[in-house]
Amino acid sequence: MLKAYLLVAAAVFAIGLFGVLTRRNAVGILLGIELMFNAVNINLLAFARFGGGVAGWILALFTIAITVAEIAVGLAIVIVIFRVRRTVEADHLTLLRG
Amino acid sequence: MTLTALAALVVVLPFVAAVILGACPPLRRAGRPAAVVALAGSGLSLILAVRLVAELWGMVRTTLALGAGPPREVLLTIAWLPQAGPEPLASVGVLVDPLSTAMAALVALVAFLVQLYSLGYMAEQRPGSLGRYYLYHSLFVFSMLGLVFAPNFVQMFVFWELVGLCSYLLIGFYYQRPAAAAAAVKAFWVTKLGDVGFLIGIVLLWGATGLFAFPALARAVTALNPGFLALCMFLVYLGAVGKSAQFPLHVWLPDAMEGPTPVSALIHAATMVAAGVYLVERAYPLFLAAPAVLALMAWVGAFTALLAASLALVQTDIKRVLAYSTVSQLGYMMAALGGGAPLAGFFHLLTHGFFKALLFLAAGAVIHAVATNDMFRMGRLARGMPKTTAAFVIGAVALAGLPPFSGFFSKESVLAGVWEGGLYVPFVMLTLTVFLTAFYMFRVVFLTFGGPRQAEGDPHDPPAVMLGPMWVLTAGALAGGVLVAEWGGPSLAQFVAENVDATLPHGPWWLTPISVVLAVAGIVGAWLVYQREAVSAATLRREFGPLARAAERGYGLDAAYGALYRRVLLGTAGVIGWIDRYLVDGVVNLASAWTLRAGARLRTMQTGRAQDYLYGVAVGFLLLALLWGAW
Amino acid sequence: MSGVPVLSLITAAPFVGALLIMFTARHRPGAVRGIAIGSTAVSLLLSLYVYAAYRPDQGGFQFYERYPLVPSLGVAVELGADGISILLILLTAIIIFTGAFASWTIRTRDQEFYALLLTLVTGVFGVFCALDLFVFFLFYELAVLPMYLLIGIWGTSAAVPPQGLFGWTFRATGVGSKEYAAMKLTLYLLLGSAFILVGIFVLYFQAGTASFSLLALQQAEFGPGVQRWVFLAFYVGFGVLAGIWPLHTWSPDGHASAPTAVSMLHAGVLMKLGAYGVVRIAMGLLPEAAAAWAPLMGTIATINIVYGALAAMAQSDLKYVVAYSSVSHMGIVMLGAATLTEAGLNGSVFQMFAHGIMTGLFFALVGLVYEKAHTREIGKMGGFGRRMPGIAAAFTLGALSSLGLPGLAGFVAELLTFLGAWQSAYRWWLFPAVAGTFLTAIYILRVARRIFWGPLAEGEYAHLGDAEGPEWVALVVLSVALILFGLAPVLALGPVDRATVALLDRLGILP
Repeated sequence: MLKAYLLVAAAVFAIGLFGVLTRRNAVGILLGIELMFNAVNINLLAFARFGGGVAGWILALFTIAITVAEIAVGLAIVIVIFRVRRTVEADHLTLLRG
Repeated sequence: MTLTALAALVVVLPFVAAVILGACPPLRRAGRPAAVVALAGSGLSLILAVRLVAELWGMVRTTLALGAGPPREVLLTIAWLPQAGPEPLASVGVLVDPLSTAMAALVALVAFLVQLYSLGYMAEQRPGSLGRYYLYHSLFVFSMLGLVFAPNFVQMFVFWELVGLCSYLLIGFYYQRPAAAAAAVKAFWVTKLGDVGFLIGIVLLWGATGLFAFPALARAVTALNPGFLALCMFLVYLGAVGKSAQFPLHVWLPDAMEGPTPVSALIHAATMVAAGVYLVERAYPLFLAAPAVLALMAWVGAFTALLAASLALVQTDIKRVLAYSTVSQLGYMMAALGGGAPLAGFFHLLTHGFFKALLFLAAGAVIHAVATNDMFRMGRLARGMPKTTAAFVIGAVALAGLPPFSGFFSKESVLAGVWEGGLYVPFVMLTLTVFLTAFYMFRVVFLTFGGPRQAEGDPHDPPAVMLGPMWVLTAGALAGGVLVAEWGGPSLAQFVAENVDATLPHGPWWLTPISVVLAVAGIVGAWLVYQREAVSAATLRREFGPLARAAERGYGLDAAYGALYRRVLLGTAGVIGWIDRYLVDGVVNLASAWTLRAGARLRTMQTGRAQDYLYGVAVGFLLLALLWGAW
Repeated sequence: MSGVPVLSLITAAPFVGALLIMFTARHRPGAVRGIAIGSTAVSLLLSLYVYAAYRPDQGGFQFYERYPLVPSLGVAVELGADGISILLILLTAIIIFTGAFASWTIRTRDQEFYALLLTLVTGVFGVFCALDLFVFFLFYELAVLPMYLLIGIWGTSAAVPPQGLFGWTFRATGVGSKEYAAMKLTLYLLLGSAFILVGIFVLYFQAGTASFSLLALQQAEFGPGVQRWVFLAFYVGFGVLAGIWPLHTWSPDGHASAPTAVSMLHAGVLMKLGAYGVVRIAMGLLPEAAAAWAPLMGTIATINIVYGALAAMAQSDLKYVVAYSSVSHMGIVMLGAATLTEAGLNGSVFQMFAHGIMTGLFFALVGLVYEKAHTREIGKMGGFGRRMPGIAAAFTLGALSSLGLPGLAGFVAELLTFLGAWQSAYRWWLFPAVAGTFLTAIYILRVARRIFWGPLAEGEYAHLGDAEGPEWVALVVLSVALILFGLAPVLALGPVDRATVALLDRLGILP
C-alpha cells in the first residue's frame, strides 16, 4: 500500500516540477512549488501511517505552516515585482544575470 | 680622581653640552649662549685633558727613572651589549694610556681654539644657525674624544661613525648651497665605503677570537692564522683609508672644503682625518703581525702624498690647496706607520695638527676679509693683514719642513722611519713630495699675501677672538719640536712608548741636508714663479701640459666615481626597480588579471532566469540519482 | 600589582576605546581623539610597567593568565610575556600611541577610522601576548582584516600608467589605486594565514595533547617529516607578512596607499608579527626543521636586504622609498633569526624593535611632508629644511638609524646580526648584509638631500611650515626612543637575551 502513496506523491512532485520549469508566469511557478511541497507532505504522512510514528505527522504540520508562510511571502514578492516591473513573466526577470 | 674617571669626564663633558643644546631649542636658537655652553664643555674637557697628560707624564717619568711604577694603561668598561655568560659581548669605556691622552689633549685643544675662533668667524650667522653650529661642534668633540679613548673596536667604530656624521653635518652646514649638500653626502658615502671594510674586519677578528678589546686582541694575535689576520687587518685598514683620505678614497676631502673654514681646520685637518692614523697606532700590535698590510700602507701612503701634492699645485681655491696638502701629509703619516715607525707617524700627526689648523684658521681670516676663496683674486694682503700673514707664513714654513719649526722634526723622522724600514721607493716619493710641498705652500703665500693686489675693499686683520687662537697654534707650530727633547722628563717617544730607549728614527746623515735643500728649493722656486715672475706660470703650465690638465681634473678619479655611481649603481637600481614592478609584481598582476578575465568569461553562464537554474538543479539531481543507481 | 591581569588590560584597553568611540563619540571629533589617546595611553603605561616589572633573572613567560574558552578542544585564552614579547608589546604601544596623534587631521569618518585602528591594535597586542595558538590565530586575523577597510576607505591612490611587461594587467587590476592596494594586501595576508592555520592544526593533531597551548606543544615531539613541512608552511605564512622576497610586493603598494597612522602601524608593527611568528612558533616549536630550513631563510633574507635597498633606490615616490626600505630591513630581521646564533637572534629581535620605531617615524614624517607640500614626488621637492627644520632633523635621525649609524637603535641590531651571520654556518651572509647598509646609506641620504637640502622653490612652497601641535608627539617620542635604545641597548637586550638563549637551548645549539 505504501508504494501507491509514494507513486502518487512522486507523480504530484513531477507535475509540480514540470510546472515550475515550464511555466512562464511567476504565479504558476509558485503553484508548482506548492504541488512539490504537497508531494512531500503525502510522503511524510504515508511514512507516518506505515510505521514512522508521530514524527511524520508533526513534520507534515510544520511543512503546511511553512508552506502557507512561504506562499504569502512569495505572492507578496510577485505583487511587488508586478508593481515595479509591470510584468510577472519569469523570462523577463533576469536581474541575476552575470 | 682616578685616571679613568678623569678620562670619562673629558669625554662626557662635551656630550653634556651637546645634550643641553639638543634638548633645549630656545637656548640653541639664542646663538651666542649656545656657543658659551659648547665652549664650556670643550674648555673643561681641555683642562681635564691637560691634567690627565700631566699626571701621566709624571707617572711615566717616575717609571722611566726608577724602572718601575704604577701601570699607565688603565681600563674602565661597562657592559654595552649583553650575552649569556659572565662577560658582556661588547662594552664601552675608556682606555687611558699615553697615546690616548696625548691625542685627547690635541683634540681638546684644537677644538677649544676653533670654537673660540668661530665666535668671530661665524658672527654673521643667524642665531639659530649659530646654535646648530655649536651643537654639531659639541657632538663632534664628544665623538672624537670617545674615539680617542676607545678601549675596543666596537667603541672605536661607534665613534668613528659618529665623527663621520658630524663631518657630514658640518660640511653640509650651509645646506641650501647645492655644492655643500653634494659634498656632504659625498664625504659620507666615500668614508662609509671604507667603513664597510672596517666593520667586516672587526666582525672577522671577533669571529676568530671572540674579542673586541685592543689589549686582549694584542695578546691573542699570535694564535691567529697569519693569512687570515692579514685579511682582517687589511679590511680594518680600509676604514683608515676612507677616513684618512688615502688613495683612492681621498676624493671626498677636497670637496669637504664646502663647510665653514673653522670646521675644515678642526675636522678636516687636525683631528678627524687623523683618526685613521690613530686607529692604526691603536691597533699597531695587530698590524705588526700583518707585515704585508704595513707594506701596502707605506706604499699607498707615499703614493697618496705625492699624488695629492701634485694636485695641490694646480688648485686656485686656497682651501683646496690646504685640503690636498692635508691628504698629502696624511700620506706621510701612513707611510711612517707602514714603514715601522709609529712614533714618527704620531709625532707628525701632532705637529701637523698644530700647523695645519693654524693654516686653515689663517686662511679663514683671509677668506673672511676678502670674501672669496680664489687665490687669484687676493694678492698683497700682507699690507692690510700683517698678523695673519705672519701666522700663515709660520704655518707654511712648518709645513714645508724648515728647521727649527715643528714640521721639520716630524717630517725628518717620518722620512728616516721609511728609509730605515727599507722602503726605498716610497722614500723617494716622499722626498720628492718635500719639494712639491714647499713649492705649493709658497705658491699660496706669494699669490695671497705677495704679488700685485687683486682684492676689492679694505682687507684687515681679524678681531682678537680670531687672532688669539691663531697665536696659540702659531706657538705650537713654532715650538712643536721641543717634544723630541728630553728636557726635564721623557721625550714624546719615551712618553708614548713608555720605554727609556725609545727614540724617533734619525736616518742617515745626508737626510737632513737633502730635505732642507729640497724644501728651500721649493720655496725659492715658488718665489721665482709667483713673486718675481722670473718664470711665467703660464709657461710652466704649458711645459707640463697634459699632466697639468689631468691634475686639474683630479686625474679623472671624480669622473670615474661619478660614472660608477650613476651608471653602475643607479643603473642596477633601475633594473631591480623594473624587475620588481614588472616582473615580480607583474606575475602577481598577471595571475590576478587572468582570474578576473576567467570570471568575466564564466559569468555568461548566469542567465538570470530562475528556471534555468532550476533546470540545472533538476538535471544535476537526476544525474546524481542515476550515478547512485548505477553504483 | 601582582594578580592584576596586566596583559589582558593592555590588550583590552584599545578595544574598549574602540567601543567607546563607536557608541559615545558620534560627531564629536575631540572626544574621538581623546578616547583614542586615553586608551592607547593606558596600554602604553601598562606596557612600560610590564617592561619595568619583568624579571630578566627569572626569564621565561611572566604575567601569566589563563581563562578556558573551549575546554573540550583545549582552547584557552592563555597570555604570558617573555623578553621578546615585552619588547614588542612596548613597540606596539609606542607606535599606536604616536599613531593616534599622527592621524589627528583625519576628517572623513574619523569615528570609524579610530575605532578600526584601535580594534586592529587589539589584535596586535593579543598576538604578542597569546600563548595559545588558537587564540593567537584569532588575534592574528583581527590584526590583519581591519587593514582592508582602513586602506580601502582612508587611503590615497596614485596614478600608475599602464606600460611595460604585462602592462595590460595594470588597468584590469587597477594598479596604483587604494582599492587595489587594500585588496592585494588582504589577499596576500589571508593566503599566508591559510598556511598558518593548516600548520597549527597539523601540530595540534600530531601532538595529541588536546591543547593549543604553546607551552604544551613545546613538550611534544614531532617527527622530522612533519617538522619539515609544517615549518615551511609557517615560514611562508608568516613570511608573507614579514615581507620575504618574492612575496613582498603587497607591502610597497599597501604602505604607499595607506593613511599615515596605518602605514606606521603596518610597517612598524604588523610586519613584525610575521617575524615574531617565525621566531616564536616556527622556530620555537620545530627546532630540527629550523636548522634544516635556515639556509633557505638566510639566503632569502640576504636577497631581501640587497634587493630591497636597490629597489628603494629606484623609486621616485617618497612613500615607496620608505616601504622598500622596510623590505630591506626586514631582511636583517629574518637573517638574524636564520643565523641560529645568540648574537643573531638578539639582533633579529632588536631589529624588529629598532626598525619598528624607525619606520614609524619615517611614515609619520612622510605623512607630514605630504600634508604640507601636497606631493610625494621626490623630484618635485627641495630645500624643505629651511621651512621645516624639526621635520628635517627627525628625518635625518631616522635616515641615520636606517643606515646603521652607531648611537641609534639600528646600529645595535645590525652589528649583532652581522656578528651572528659570521658565526653561523653560512659565513658569506655577512657580505650582502653589510653591503645592504652601504646601499641604504646611498639611497636614504640621497633622498634626505633632495627633500631637505638645497635651495627652496619659494613660489610653490612659500606656505610650508614645520610640524605643529599634536604632530610633534610622534616625532619627539619616536626620536627619543631611537636615541635612547641606541645609546643603551642593554635596556632592551637584557630580557631579550634571556628569551633567545632559552630558544636556542631548545634548538640544541647552545652548549
